[in-house]
Amino acid sequence: MSKLNYIGKTIPRPDSGDKVAGKALYIQDLSRPGMLYGKIKFSEHAHAKILHIDITKAQKLPGVMAVVTAYNTPEMRFGFLRDNFILKKDKVRQFRDEVAAVAAISQEIAEEAIRLIDVEYEPLPGIFSPLEACQENAILIHELDPQGKPVKDNKVPVLFQHSSGDIEAGKKAAKHIVSGSFSTQWIQQSCMGTAGAIAEFDMNNNLTIWTKTQVPFLAQRDFIGFLPCLGLKDKNVRVIVPTLGGAFGTGLDTHAYEYISILLAYKTGKPVKIVYDRNEEFACLSPRQSSQTKITQGCDENGMLTFREIHVIQDNGAYTSWGATFPSVMLLPATSLYRVPNIKFHADIYYTNNTYCQAMRGYGNPEVNWALETNMDELAEIAGIDPYEFRMINCNKSNETTPMGLKVTTCALDKCMESVATKLDWKHSRNQQGKYRGVGMASLFHVGGGGRIYKSDGTGMFLKLDDFGNVYVSHGGVEMGQGLHSVLKLGVAEALGVKPEKVFINQVDTNTCPWDVGTHASRGSFMAGNVTIKAANDLRNKLFEQAKNLFPSLADKNLKAFCKKNPSYEAPKFDVREAALKGNFDLVEGYLFIKDAPKEPWLLVELGTLLRAIHFREQGTMLSAHAFYDPPNELPDWNKGYGNMSASYAVGAQGAEVEVDTETGEVKILRMVAVHDVGKVLNPQTLKGQMYGALAQGLGYTLYEQILTKEGKILNPDFRDYKIPTVKEMDFPIDLEFVETNDSAGPWGAKGVGESGLCPTAPAISNAIYNAIGVRVRDLPITPEKILAALQEKQKQQSE
Amino acid sequence: MKREISFNVNSQQMKLEVESHLRLIDLIRDQLGLTGTKEGCGEGECGACTVIVDGKAVNACLYPALELEGRTLITIEGLLEEENKPSVIQKAFIDNGAVQCGFCSPGMIMSTKALLDKNNDPSDEEIRIALLGNLCRCTGYVQIVESVKAAASQIRRKS
Repeated sequence: MSKLNYIGKTIPRPDSGDKVAGKALYIQDLSRPGMLYGKIKFSEHAHAKILHIDITKAQKLPGVMAVVTAYNTPEMRFGFLRDNFILKKDKVRQFRDEVAAVAAISQEIAEEAIRLIDVEYEPLPGIFSPLEACQENAILIHELDPQGKPVKDNKVPVLFQHSSGDIEAGKKAAKHIVSGSFSTQWIQQSCMGTAGAIAEFDMNNNLTIWTKTQVPFLAQRDFIGFLPCLGLKDKNVRVIVPTLGGAFGTGLDTHAYEYISILLAYKTGKPVKIVYDRNEEFACLSPRQSSQTKITQGCDENGMLTFREIHVIQDNGAYTSWGATFPSVMLLPATSLYRVPNIKFHADIYYTNNTYCQAMRGYGNPEVNWALETNMDELAEIAGIDPYEFRMINCNKSNETTPMGLKVTTCALDKCMESVATKLDWKHSRNQQGKYRGVGMASLFHVGGGGRIYKSDGTGMFLKLDDFGNVYVSHGGVEMGQGLHSVLKLGVAEALGVKPEKVFINQVDTNTCPWDVGTHASRGSFMAGNVTIKAANDLRNKLFEQAKNLFPSLADKNLKAFCKKNPSYEAPKFDVREAALKGNFDLVEGYLFIKDAPKEPWLLVELGTLLRAIHFREQGTMLSAHAFYDPPNELPDWNKGYGNMSASYAVGAQGAEVEVDTETGEVKILRMVAVHDVGKVLNPQTLKGQMYGALAQGLGYTLYEQILTKEGKILNPDFRDYKIPTVKEMDFPIDLEFVETNDSAGPWGAKGVGESGLCPTAPAISNAIYNAIGVRVRDLPITPEKILAALQEKQKQQSE
Repeated sequence: MKREISFNVNSQQMKLEVESHLRLIDLIRDQLGLTGTKEGCGEGECGACTVIVDGKAVNACLYPALELEGRTLITIEGLLEEENKPSVIQKAFIDNGAVQCGFCSPGMIMSTKALLDKNNDPSDEEIRIALLGNLCRCTGYVQIVESVKAAASQIRRKS
């Protein structure tokens, strides 16, 4: 690989200047002339018949421009399975169901109008857990499927399963077998910037929507599909993505509030803005799924895993989002973390009257990894093998194909685990008897080279050069805080051969940016990097082709100017014309030169000068390049759970040292170590930021965060009662290390690692807690109450 | 009911009519058009709207606008130095990777300023106490704390 000028260096990200100055514009900061404020009336029941909606008082309130319900608008469906309705008719199925909405000239009037809407309900009995939902005579959440056919049960019609090898043979071959049941809670993505959109129609009834999305092009498709509900045929939608105040999966689906803003904008002919407040964000935006996982694993006398059986039950809530496809990613750890010859995986997802769920960072991986990596520790204990050694015995290696058909190109899992053990001083730290201190570790296996869960896993890029040597980048990937723009800016500078300050990134806008499937699955940097290299190479070739004829005269001009300044200068003998015709150019930091030419300053032509020569002449032209990159991976057959869904795989290990107060049940994290195979570090600063941040989210998931509900109602819709880690909880050393495996599929060798950092955090901490005090809590979060209860249980068992 | 108040904002003397129930955040964002101050929760729990009033960091979402009478307000826009230059603290946040989505950054920086204006050599614990009311979901706070330390050391070197 040639010398890298920018990739791999610590360079501050390009968007931070505007962000620290308060100049970055989030959806909260945008407004349009004549804009109205939209507000939604949500259901007050988890499951009820709607008997009557009275909107007359709201309609009469001065300043109210429109009031919509399902009774004065056509039926409008949306969602991953089209089982959701933009406004609800006849019945509500969850507390946050949208029953009416208003548009008014101010936020205050919109809020007042909402209060004036009376809805009469007839409450219905509800179902609040998948275990109730799957009972034979359970009441139905949805009586009809989206095609209008009667349904028989509350099962969400998606299928994810896997079966490989021979489970019975694996059981026979096992000397030790351990089973366990684990659960995870609903958690809120807790973006600091809440959700929102502004919709506006032009006089041709084409729509522009500024919205907080991670999938601008799938959103465009959804909205284009929606417009016919309003009687608008063959109309276009332009999606513009403002600066995002975090996303973490909340932007993978289109949401009712977006459709409602569109509906209100169409009704009123004015731009309509809907932004959720914090309570709405907690209570009315979909959280991460809760899950229950049953796992059984066995190993032989040497500690080799002989089989693994996993069954997951997910609470879908009342409607279906992309989040229902979590099991597609659960399959990764389930089939491919450690070498297991015989595997069975199955997931069942049930409708309930709880809030419907959606994606969050990690997308099913942390849920299953929590069960898997805890079970690994338990199995190791029964087999009498140190849990670190046990993992090493079963460790994945480079160039292997896993039972799911995942082609692991590079894999430094052994190195990662070894480094975690070394950093934790493993052998010594495992035996801190009497101190209530312990260490634990866990690994991860995740997509690192895109993740094909859709027909296309592709992304496009458009590079435009101007007359000054500036490069404009149009790319559909979304910067949501993770540092994509850093990769784009440095990547384009590196691959094209210009200085980063000459690279300008256009706002994501479906009118101007080429298609991208979405910023998810840790794919942003991987995809952006690969498409950048492709587009930049194309642009370089175009430049070099033009330079064959134009370079000599530009070099001549340079030489004349140089000789004027340096009269005694004698140019070396070099036939520029002949050399240029061979086209053997390079472009570095904005200067074009012939590779084998003498190193003379006049033989460097500034890019802007060349571009002007290309443009401003008779029959001139301007240069740009377009590229589309679709990674070498496959859309798995979900029925079989088989297919190489990613072009490379990210692995890593984390370890924790904890101290537990057995009086209060408080867990104190003394330190954490995280060692990740990232392929190649693109920018150490932004990469560290991703890992620290993911780890903090993993910590919140493990110890603090939980959406509490009572019969479907969310009880803690604010930061007072829903606790995300503060700077106080994050007060422990984190030892980060990145292992570079230079993966052949990755841009400059890099893998995607946006989600990796939170996948092993929960089991690493819980294994450390077990090492410290000898008890296990199997449902997240591991609260002090649960620890005390587990300690009491242990004492009871010991005294019996 | 409206009342006229006069105050100083980012070194400018200002006279404005405000509704008696108006929150400071609305005055800042809607009336003054200073949208750098963010509203993250409206309940004083997240600190995204932190501004400095008479040298103290306050949550603009809980602070009544009328209380501003005769006082001095600094918002994130007031931190930029001449010729569009970021202040020492802002520069430290940029250079040390403290910013991801950036929604918490203005508030985080204002809390930092309130701390460092009083104490340019804070301990790790003093930094954590000063930032306790500022939530961040992206960074895990590590590079934020590093930035505050870097800014403090810059300020000490200059003073």
